[in-house]
Amino acid sequence: MNKTFEAKDVNLAGINSSLLEVNIGPQHPSTHGVFRMNAVLDGEVIVSLKPVMGYLHRNHEQIAENMSYAASMPYTDRLDYFNSMSNNLGYALSVEKLAGLEVPERAEYIRVIMAELTRLINHIAVIGFLLNDLGAFFTPVLYAFREREKILDIFEEISGSRMMCNYLRFGGVKRDLSPAILERIRGVVTAFPRFLDEFETLLTKNEILCMRCQNVGVLSPELAINASITGPLLRASGVNYDIRKVDGYSVYPRFQFKVPLGPKGDVYDRYYVRILEMRESLKILDQALNTIPAGEIMSKKMIPFLKSPRNFKPPVGEAYARVESPKGELGFYVVSDGTPQPWRYHVRAPSFINLTILEDMCLGQKVADAIIILGSVDIVLGEVDR
Amino acid sequence: MDTEKVKADLEKALGPVALKSVRSSLLVENAQDLPKVAKFLKEDAAYRLDYLSSVTASDFIDYLETVYHLYSMEKKTGPVTLRVRVPRTDPKIPSLVSLYRGAEFQERDNFDLFGIVYEGHPDLRRIMMWEGFEGFPMRKDYLQEDSETLESVDVEWLEKNGVKVPEAAKAKAVELRQQGKRALAERRVEDKG
Repeated sequence: MNKTFEAKDVNLAGINSSLLEVNIGPQHPSTHGVFRMNAVLDGEVIVSLKPVMGYLHRNHEQIAENMSYAASMPYTDRLDYFNSMSNNLGYALSVEKLAGLEVPERAEYIRVIMAELTRLINHIAVIGFLLNDLGAFFTPVLYAFREREKILDIFEEISGSRMMCNYLRFGGVKRDLSPAILERIRGVVTAFPRFLDEFETLLTKNEILCMRCQNVGVLSPELAINASITGPLLRASGVNYDIRKVDGYSVYPRFQFKVPLGPKGDVYDRYYVRILEMRESLKILDQALNTIPAGEIMSKKMIPFLKSPRNFKPPVGEAYARVESPKGELGFYVVSDGTPQPWRYHVRAPSFINLTILEDMCLGQKVADAIIILGSVDIVLGEVDR
Repeated sequence: MDTEKVKADLEKALGPVALKSVRSSLLVENAQDLPKVAKFLKEDAAYRLDYLSSVTASDFIDYLETVYHLYSMEKKTGPVTLRVRVPRTDPKIPSLVSLYRGAEFQERDNFDLFGIVYEGHPDLRRIMMWEGFEGFPMRKDYLQEDSETLESVDVEWLEKNGVKVPEAAKAKAVELRQQGKRALAERRVEDKG
C-alpha cells in the first residue's frame, strides 16, 4: 500500500501560491500542432511564458546529411507543409549557388508563379485559423479553404501532389506548364481579388475582430530587428525588409510590387499586412503570367543528373541562400566536401526564430490573447522542430 | 560585402584581433574576440549590421565551427559571415544573445545538437531533445541506438511491465552486458567521419 497523503507532508515555504502555472499544449487545438506554452498566470494575466518545442523533432538536418542532394528535395516539403514550393525554392537556390548553376528564364518565371501562389495559400489559411483562435469557429476557415482548394488543384495537376509538391529541381523545374494550366492559374488570379473583397467585408472592420486584435501583442520595431524577426511579423511592426526586394533573387526585380507595412505592430496589423501582401502577390502573378517567356525549363548542365542524382557532386565550398517564404526568411546553409552527400545542411527556419519574442509579446496580456498572439506569429511545427 | 575591406576596418578599429579570410568569410581566430567584433559591426556607422540572420554550427572532426550570417536591415546590405572554430574537447564560445536576441534559440539549438557551450547565454538548455538526453546527435561521431536490439535494461523494464520477451533477445542482451557494450546501430560503409 502507498502511504496516505497528508497536508503536513507538503512544504509550502518558498512557493508563491498566488501564481498558477498552466501548460497550454502540447495537445491543444490552438497551438497549431504539438507545441507547448509553459505559462505562469497571475489571475488571468500572463507573467511568464516559455515556449517548449521539439515534440516533432526528427533531426531533418542529419537525415539530409546522409542522403544525396536531390533526395532531400521531397523532405523539404515536409518542413513547412503549407508552403512546399517556397521550401523547394530556398533549397534549390542554395544548391545552385553552391554548384554555380544557371536557371533558364522560363523556369525562373514558373518558380516565381509557384512561390506567389504558395504565399496566397499560406496567408489565407493563417487568417482563417487566426479567426478560429478568436472564436469565429470554422466559418472563415471554410471560406479560406474553398479558395485554397482551387490553388491546390492546380498544384496537383502540375506536380502530382496537392501539398507535398516536390516540383523544383536544381537548375529548373520538373515539368513545363501547359497553356491550359496557365489559363487556369490566370482564372484563379482574376477571381481571387473578389474573394478577398468578400473576406474583407466580413472581417476588416468587424467590431469583434478590431476589439480583440487592436493593441494586443504589440512588437516594437527595435525588438523585432534585434530578435531576428522576419516576414509579415516584422513588416507589421513597420520595418521595411522584404528579401524579394533586398536580395532580388530569381526574377523578382522585374516585377512591380509594394511592401505593405503596419503602423503599430499589433495582431490587427499582422492580419491586415497579410491581406495586403496577398494583393501584392496577385500583382506579381498577373505580371508574371503576362510576360512568361517560352524556352527551356531545365539547365543543360543538370539534365544528366535527373536520372542519376547520386552522381551530382557540387564542388567543395559552402553557400547560404535565403528566400522570402510566407513566414519569413527561409535560409538554407549547405557545405559540400565534394562527395554526393552534403557535409553540412542547415535550415534557418523562420517560424522557429520568430518564436523567440513570443514571451515578450504575451507578458501582461490575458491567456485568451496569448492564443491569438501565437496565431498571428504563424508557426508550423514541422518547421519549428525540424 | 568585401571581406578584405571588413577585415582591414576591423583591424584598424579594434587593434590586434586575429582575423583570417576563409571562403569569403572572416574567421575570428580567438573565440573571445567575437563579441568585440560583432559589437563593432553592429554599431559602426559604416556597417550597422543590426540583423543576425543565422547562427549555425558544423562539425569538421578536427574542430567545431559556428557560423554567423550578419545583415543590415537599416542599410539593406550584407551578408558579412563570421566564423569561430573551437576544439571538440572544450567547445566554448561567448554568447551573442546580449547583442542580438535572435541568437537565443539558435544558440540553444547548436548547444543541443553539437554540444557547443555559449558562455553567458541566459537560458542554455536543450531545445529539441528532451532533458536528460545524452550525446550530441549532429556530431559526426554520434552513434545511433539500435532500436532492434534490446539491452538488459530494456528487458528488465519490459518484463516488469508484463511483456513477454523472446529468449533469443534475452540471450543477446546478456551477451552485450557481459561484453560491456551498448546496442548501437552499425554505421554504413559510405558514412563519413
